[in-house]
Amino acid sequence: MPALITGLFAEPWVLTLLKVIAVFAVVMPMVAYSVVAERRISAWIQDRIGPNRVGIPFTSIKLLGLGQPLADGLKALVKEDFTPAHVRKVFYWMAPAVAMVPSFVVLAVLPFGSMLGAQKMVIADLDVGILFTFGIVSLGVYGVVLAGYASNSKYPFLGGIRSTAQMISYEIAMGLAVVPVFMLAADPAWQAELIDKSTAWSKYIKDTGLLNLSNVIAYQHESILDWLMFKQPIAFAIFLIAIFAETNRLPFDLPESETELVAGYNTEYSSMSFALFFMGEYAAMIAGSALIVVLFCGGWTLPFGEFFNTPAQSLGQGLVHIGVFIAKIAMFLVLMIWIRWMLPRFRYDQLMNIGWKRFLPLSLANIIFTAIVLWVLHS
Amino acid sequence: MKVDRTELTWWERLYLPTLLNGFKVTLRHFFSWKRSEVYGDKQKNYSAKTTMQYPEEKWDVPTGYRGAPYLVKDVDDKTKCVSCQLCEFVCPPRAIRITPPGDSGVVDREGAEKMPKEFEIDMLRCIYCGYCQEVCPEEAIYLLKDNAITGESREELVYDMKKLLALGGADKRAYDHHVQDGVSDGIKKWETKTREAREQPKFH
Repeated sequence: MPALITGLFAEPWVLTLLKVIAVFAVVMPMVAYSVVAERRISAWIQDRIGPNRVGIPFTSIKLLGLGQPLADGLKALVKEDFTPAHVRKVFYWMAPAVAMVPSFVVLAVLPFGSMLGAQKMVIADLDVGILFTFGIVSLGVYGVVLAGYASNSKYPFLGGIRSTAQMISYEIAMGLAVVPVFMLAADPAWQAELIDKSTAWSKYIKDTGLLNLSNVIAYQHESILDWLMFKQPIAFAIFLIAIFAETNRLPFDLPESETELVAGYNTEYSSMSFALFFMGEYAAMIAGSALIVVLFCGGWTLPFGEFFNTPAQSLGQGLVHIGVFIAKIAMFLVLMIWIRWMLPRFRYDQLMNIGWKRFLPLSLANIIFTAIVLWVLHS
Repeated sequence: MKVDRTELTWWERLYLPTLLNGFKVTLRHFFSWKRSEVYGDKQKNYSAKTTMQYPEEKWDVPTGYRGAPYLVKDVDDKTKCVSCQLCEFVCPPRAIRITPPGDSGVVDREGAEKMPKEFEIDMLRCIYCGYCQEVCPEEAIYLLKDNAITGESREELVYDMKKLLALGGADKRAYDHHVQDGVSDGIKKWETKTREAREQPKFH
């Protein structure tokens, strides 16, 4: 029996499967609790108290309302899933899944920790990491557009159309904002030097391509000033705002915009299929935050000495690194929730203005500026 | 119609001042836990923010509010109702049902000839009109403050005499509650009523 188990663990697909399950087991509760956080934080900002009743079921223990996801989930499950007569059925049923899947796929290539044992803590260690991420992120729009189209009714349709325009405009700015990051981080000379210097790091980033996301983390490990949010503040700002737009969060929630489009693209959805859209939105927030953390905030590293900024040698250290990563994500989630209850929605033309007339030129200028600086430094 | 827009300075157009103000305002509200002033002095027992934690905290209804009708007891903690059935007759939705004692009545206080064997109010039928309180010669039934009556079955919401007496409590409370009605002048409700009737102008 032990021989079988060790043999099983030698198979790469078993370990990958385990990682997938582990990531799901962490991300799903995070989705659930970011909904609770959203409700509590919005309540406090608006001088209310928020959900504070549901605790452990069948007892009177309230736990500050932390049992709320259970109640929400149960409600979504047992509600009637009503399909209006006028919808295009196939697409109508497909849309919620299509909206939800991309955000989880993005998480597959993000390094969420250093090492556990000999395993690198990333599900798929792709050398084209960032390109893959952008490819998948842009699929996110299909869920929304499909929902808008399949609902066959005017408000969802408008929501779908807005979402297309919005996502395309901001994706360009987002992609261009990331270019300077890789102009700095994808430097073969620097990578070779790090591999020579540290055995731990050499195990982590050896044989990885320069576009691999673990390379970006390695680039930022040494001090807080190496974090790309300080080295590339403009790129960071553009990327952060574009993430807001990509995840349909206020002030860019035009596809949903409750005040004008009823509920936007998900107007015709009820019960679990609505819950899937909802979970998709929060999963996208988590994926977006994780992407920001990896690209601009040093990933799982903290510049507090060896223990935090070199790939883990022991199991405990590896777990701490994962914890650091999750904590950083949580901070960005709180920021996103906070912003939502702070700023009003942009008008459609303002949205387009910012995307095309401000961010696009700015990110291009940023690329050229970075190139000039690098050229001056290297010659 | 043409709306003139204010020219913004370049600093304002950067959107940053708005953003900073937003952070300031939201943070101030986020960390303010003092009770909101919107309820005034009335709701002193509210803990924080504007939320009323409903089943635990309730609106303080004004005096004279017509809530659920309950039976009250006199100063010696005895039943006041004498089973005259006036309230039963006057009740528009027929929510009250009184079972008279018949021959085998138990009377537990002086000055009463009989007492109801059973007194039931169906809270699902009651329309809170207050006729029962108005008509009662013994001042035994009063509409009190309770305004959210819930139950899990229809049977549960038919309150019997024991429950009504327990909920009604001493009559002092009922008088205090109806102080604005002009009927709480001690126990002498009918004296007040007679006086009011005499004060009416005569037309013949």
